[in-house]
Amino acid sequence: MSAQNTILFALLWPLLGAVGIALAGRWPNLRETVTLVTASVLALSVWSLAPGIMDGGRPGVVVAEVFGGLSIAFSVEPLGMLFAALASTLWIVNSVYSIGYMRGNNEKHQTRFYVCFAIAIAAALGVAFADNLLTLFLCYEILTLSTYPLVSHKGDAATIRSARIYLGILLGTSIGLLLPAIIWTYTVAGTLTFTPGGILEGNLAGPAVGLLLGLYVFGIGKAAVMPVHKWLPSAMVAPTPVSALLHAVAVVKAGVFTVTKVIIYIFGVEALFAEPSGGWLVYAAAFTIIAASVVALRQQNLKRMLAYSTIGQLSYVIMAAAVLTPLSEVGAAVHIVAHAFGKITLFFSAGAIYVASKKTELPQLHGIGRRMPWTMAAFTIAALSMIGVPPTGGFVSKWFILAGAFQTDNYLAIFTIILSTVLNAAYFLPVIFAAWFSTEPAGGKDHGEAPWPAVLALCVTAMATLAFFFFNQPVLELESQLVGRLK
Amino acid sequence: MSLTAQLPALQVVVPLLTAPLVVLLRTPGLSWAAATAASLTAFAIAVALAGQVLAGEVIHYEMGGWPAPFGISLNIDALGSLVLLLVTGASTLALVGGRDSLATEIEAGRRHLFYAAWLIVLAGLSGIAVTGDAFNVFVFMEISSLATYVLIAAGPDRRALTATFKYLIMGTIGATFYLIGVGMVYMMTGTLNFADMEVRLAEVTELRPIVVAAGFITVGLALKAAMFPLHVWLPGAYTHAPHMVTAFVAACSTKVAIYVLLRFDFFVFQNNLSQHDLHFASFLLPLALLGILVGSAVAMVESNLKRLLAHSSVAQIGYILLGASLISEAGITAAAAHMFNHALAKGAMFLAVAAFALRLSGVRLNDIAGVGRQMPLTFAALAVAGASLVGIPGTAGFVSKWLLLQAAFAQGTLGLVAVVVVVLSSLAAVVYVWRIIEAAYFCEPSAEVQAAREAPLPILAVLLLAAAANIYFGLVPAFPLSLAEMSATELLGGLQ
Repeated sequence: MSAQNTILFALLWPLLGAVGIALAGRWPNLRETVTLVTASVLALSVWSLAPGIMDGGRPGVVVAEVFGGLSIAFSVEPLGMLFAALASTLWIVNSVYSIGYMRGNNEKHQTRFYVCFAIAIAAALGVAFADNLLTLFLCYEILTLSTYPLVSHKGDAATIRSARIYLGILLGTSIGLLLPAIIWTYTVAGTLTFTPGGILEGNLAGPAVGLLLGLYVFGIGKAAVMPVHKWLPSAMVAPTPVSALLHAVAVVKAGVFTVTKVIIYIFGVEALFAEPSGGWLVYAAAFTIIAASVVALRQQNLKRMLAYSTIGQLSYVIMAAAVLTPLSEVGAAVHIVAHAFGKITLFFSAGAIYVASKKTELPQLHGIGRRMPWTMAAFTIAALSMIGVPPTGGFVSKWFILAGAFQTDNYLAIFTIILSTVLNAAYFLPVIFAAWFSTEPAGGKDHGEAPWPAVLALCVTAMATLAFFFFNQPVLELESQLVGRLK
Repeated sequence: MSLTAQLPALQVVVPLLTAPLVVLLRTPGLSWAAATAASLTAFAIAVALAGQVLAGEVIHYEMGGWPAPFGISLNIDALGSLVLLLVTGASTLALVGGRDSLATEIEAGRRHLFYAAWLIVLAGLSGIAVTGDAFNVFVFMEISSLATYVLIAAGPDRRALTATFKYLIMGTIGATFYLIGVGMVYMMTGTLNFADMEVRLAEVTELRPIVVAAGFITVGLALKAAMFPLHVWLPGAYTHAPHMVTAFVAACSTKVAIYVLLRFDFFVFQNNLSQHDLHFASFLLPLALLGILVGSAVAMVESNLKRLLAHSSVAQIGYILLGASLISEAGITAAAAHMFNHALAKGAMFLAVAAFALRLSGVRLNDIAGVGRQMPLTFAALAVAGASLVGIPGTAGFVSKWLLLQAAFAQGTLGLVAVVVVVLSSLAAVVYVWRIIEAAYFCEPSAEVQAAREAPLPILAVLLLAAAANIYFGLVPAFPLSLAEMSATELLGGLQ
């Protein structure tokens, strides 16, 4: 298959899978087989694009000319390649986990769950491969809408209230801020195609650049920069596999990915660096990192704590991108991967704990390490990665972000990372300590590990977290193409 | 003369002559079939005419062979052809799908009269879009209005009578204003033909009667178009009319008035009154913006589905007028495209309401709670049309909203105000569309809703067709856009 066809295949295949899942809905085993086959084939086809991209190829395909020279078009560049590979690969693991979780919990509407999941993955790939902002916006909105049924899965009044916040913020910011930003860009630049070096240089200058950047950053609500982060804790009412893949990887990473892509390919790193009015973004990201960590420190619910941790970690990527040095841009890309492995493991663990014991609050987790050793071992590794302790993946990305910050002597960024590391340790370490060394409260339910597919999945992602510390060379090579060279 | 050359006349003649035939047929089934066939024929004619317009032909037809300006001439320009498509398309969809719905609302003994009135509305609205004669517009306007009052009042809901009365009074004022304006222009120029009027006005330009005439005509048509604050007749009329009448009328009747408004102001007055474009814009723009804000705000708190959509229409008419009042190629393209796209979205939504009404006792948000699970296809179509109304990408509504925002951005500072207003109103649209979706899908169904089944096939089929059109024209908008662009070029031709 040519690269062009592979791109189209990767976008359509999950949708076909969704149809297959819907048709097989009456036979759960067949349905799950369809999901797994779809996910595996998808990951293989996405990976098959990688060598070409490594060699510098940028395959692209135009699907339709819409109006006024705008088109629905897709193309693959290093950042999108990375995001697509990540989302599609973790979909396999997540599907294995979902089988354990959804069956272990006797959830209703499982067919709807798997169908919407497949559509969301297709939309995430669309975001990853979008060749221009119009295409990206289209896929971005499909991603929002297709995840709504997943968030409101439980269907009770409280869930619907949370899901309404989720949809309201994501749709509201995208229509209210992102769309005007895109149209403004089109009005001044005459194009929306992602172009290395940016398209705005010479077309827009002065405070307008800062304002446009603001419209983008807050319009892309999925990046969860404060104050548009509220949807993410709300989304935690979803079943855990949704929180794990969508609200630690696909959806939120679509947000920071879009911000990074806008900075690199719309504003242009060097052009934005030369424009002082864009400088506020580092402060906004730094504030989000610290504030989210402080809030996480005060949470009693495990999933909510993880959600606030995610908000902070997402702003690492934003800040890294906003530091605007070659090394930090690579750091942003690497952190997308490193955080994905770690956070999905943490959510998998939280879900496994829930399935096995129905426990959701932090004080309930005392001594749980002895009942669920595999789960908690994985949890520990992933938490260390969040803090950035070697030998975990989180260390690698922090290294690059710090190195990038030193390149321009950006002490704010350096200070933020150090402070946030301390805070991360402050909210993760007590949980880990209590899980392994405290005694279990009396009168609890007698339980062991969660169903084996769930445990298998979380062990795999924990291993990946470790492995990424040692085998990160391909990712670095791929992403160094983003900035031409590593200074 | 070949048949093709007669199409502009047939556009009006077919429904007009079928109307008495329908009265004679008497039985509900036969009269429905005849009316539907006439409407379908009219739609086919409109499509053929649109094809000719797109091919670049200038369609000019002289009634009875009398040359203009002595006889009545029919002219079909790009915008007229777009409006014809809306009028005939909405009528056809509503008739094809509406048989069951109308059977529950109109007594069997009076149904043939109802269909006859429907065809007269169709003939009148089409007539306005094809004619090149200002007085002829008035005649067709009265024909369609009187028949529309009959349609709206025909339902079982007695509140429709007061709503119709309100509409009748205001509609008559609007038509009278228009007639006064046309009379004054006739007094000064001695002609009623649009093209001739434009030429002759040059001799008497800037005289007070012409300025007054422009004022009367603009206000009269704005009333017919339900421009804020002259829209008060609209919510009641849309709410209490039989559901299918709402679907038909809401999709096209106000747009016909906007069409005449644009035609008069851009073709006839533009070159003959100094700074007319400035006056036109400064009159229309603030009212359009207010209409957008007020209509959206009210729609957010309405609980009757039809009333909610009616207030949303007030806001959407504001979008169209906003695009027109920017007086730029991009703005008018956006306005024309939005006429088309809004008709698609709103028509589909009212069709869905009609489908719900067939199965449920009411169409308040409480009444439709949970119906989405019982009527999944109807609900899906409603959701797609709602997305189009909000302007979600991939739907038709997105295309025109994009064009409108782009046109507003190009206007500089003032345009930014418009951008902010449109964005606020889009957010309001998210809220009110979401209230419908949430009520229909996520609320607990009542016993009545539990027993509801999917709507009958004809209405379901046209509903899904309308929803599919919302997506199709969102992804492949070339056809309405080229008509819209041609309209903009034609309308701005007078603006050197």
